[in-house]
Amino acid sequence: MTQAVVHPHAKVKRATKSSWVGLAVIVVLLLVAPAVPYLVDKGTQGSLVTLFSLIVMATMWNLLAGYGGMLSVGQQAYIGIGAYALVYIADTVGIDPFMAVPIAVVIAGLISFPISFLAFRLTGGYFAIGTWVIAVVVMEIVQQVPALGGGIGVTFNGFSDLTPGRRIAYVYWLSLVGVALAVAVTYWIMRSRLGLGFTAIRDDATAAASLGVRVTRSKRFVFVVAAMGCGLAGAMIAANTLRVQPDSIFSVNYAVFMIFIVVIGGIGTIEGPIVGAVVFFALQQWLSDLGAWYLVILGLLAIVITLFLPRGLWGLLSGNGRIRLFPVGYRLVPPVAILDVTHEPAPATSEG
Amino acid sequence: MSPMLEVHGLSKRFGKVVTAEDVSFSVEPGTALGIVGPNGAGKSTLLSLIGGVLAADGGTIAFDGKDITTLSSGARSEMGIARSFQIPRPFVDMTVFENVYVGAAFGGKVQGQAGYDTTAEALEISGMSHLANVPAGQLRLLDRKRLELARALATRPKLILLDEIAGGLTEKELPPLIEMIRGLRDSGVTVIWIEHIVHALLAVVDELMCLAFGKILAIGDPREVMASREVIEVYLGSTFDMGEAAS
Repeated sequence: MTQAVVHPHAKVKRATKSSWVGLAVIVVLLLVAPAVPYLVDKGTQGSLVTLFSLIVMATMWNLLAGYGGMLSVGQQAYIGIGAYALVYIADTVGIDPFMAVPIAVVIAGLISFPISFLAFRLTGGYFAIGTWVIAVVVMEIVQQVPALGGGIGVTFNGFSDLTPGRRIAYVYWLSLVGVALAVAVTYWIMRSRLGLGFTAIRDDATAAASLGVRVTRSKRFVFVVAAMGCGLAGAMIAANTLRVQPDSIFSVNYAVFMIFIVVIGGIGTIEGPIVGAVVFFALQQWLSDLGAWYLVILGLLAIVITLFLPRGLWGLLSGNGRIRLFPVGYRLVPPVAILDVTHEPAPATSEG
Repeated sequence: MSPMLEVHGLSKRFGKVVTAEDVSFSVEPGTALGIVGPNGAGKSTLLSLIGGVLAADGGTIAFDGKDITTLSSGARSEMGIARSFQIPRPFVDMTVFENVYVGAAFGGKVQGQAGYDTTAEALEISGMSHLANVPAGQLRLLDRKRLELARALATRPKLILLDEIAGGLTEKELPPLIEMIRGLRDSGVTVIWIEHIVHALLAVVDELMCLAFGKILAIGDPREVMASREVIEVYLGSTFDMGEAAS
């Protein structure tokens, strides 16, 4: 008996109609966004930089947890490293601040590489706590260095020869490039073979390894990229606030924000963290006068969304994944009738 | 010509439970080896050791003449060893097509159009084309088993390890599966197949191994192995008692 030899010519589609709309929206945004400093006041520009840094952090946490399956509670380590590195390189070493930002990003990545060997000895909940401990250790070490201001911190003087209006515009443009790059790199990774492997690892690491995915190597790559992204967010924060203090820049609150944003926005999508960051930022602006009630409301919102919208706000907006601004999947274009079930939450499947 | 797979003195224990003890055998290229044995005999463990999901405590494994004992399962997959899991492990949030494409893009090292073609072919052979764009989390058990097979095929393996791929199939569904595995073997792929449905195995395999308590009880001509007294006593004679107790 011989095998029927089939040589199908498979036609695979990646972009969708909605992703072309998404591309158009992004192009328009990228054309308009650079003009913002000429249109709004300094305070608004500063707020937008904060929003951009939230988007960068959340995008990176989503890459780690949503695609790589690594629930880190210690990304503030790299936020702090990025912030301190920017200040030190620009002020003490004397390199132009615009050059200092990419160097700070690389430093965050370089430091995260040896840390990954430590963190990867742990999994699951232990990994989460371990990354947090590592972040505390990094903070303690930084506080022991007199050149970094010890426990008091440092002031960023890199832009001190600029007028305030010009300075905030520069920081805004810098952050705009930063956030665009962070999202673009994430999208590029997720569309590539690497991203396919990460998604497989997240769903089942053992099966992924059996199909040839190099699990540890891939995870380490994401870990370093996420650290670089958080380093970028830290540099953006330092350039915006002009002041870096160890207990605030290494605050675990950043980890909480990232998790909150990704959970309410929609984990495992590129759009989710962006939507979540905008919502979180708006809530922060409106509710900041309420004191402790602000945190209570955030907590309630997170609970409600987790219970009723497991795919987050983006899941709701996109009709459970029907709309994709950043398409990373693969769809076989049917030569014959193909069952085309759209993404619904999977029903509990009874085994056996 | 060297054997496709050469296992020598392989051992693995979990605490005091011995799941492989001094296991040695070899499989020639393009042949099929069947494995039978009572529950808990160490059959799936043996596949995990060959596939690299588990590290051996002792002994060596050579694949295609190269020592692979310490290689990761990812590296072994790239070299041409594929494995289907007894309990399916689908990537639930990816579609069937994406699941299989992982095998093509990584283990099979074919990307883009060539990878899509390999994927479509693996789907076709395993009878899953009509489910290509369905999220794997929505599949029934039977389709999950087929998906295991499709993913393994997409890695373009030289050696395929099948773990109870026929379990749960009806008598009617068996012949196409048997034809498919025979076709694979005839096309030059080396097959190691664990199965409780003995007549399905006997229809394909060139050699049969019976495992019990981590040891090889008998290996050789399938009919001789099935007829040997040790196999009848330990495997067939005890399935009713052992099967209940072990599950």
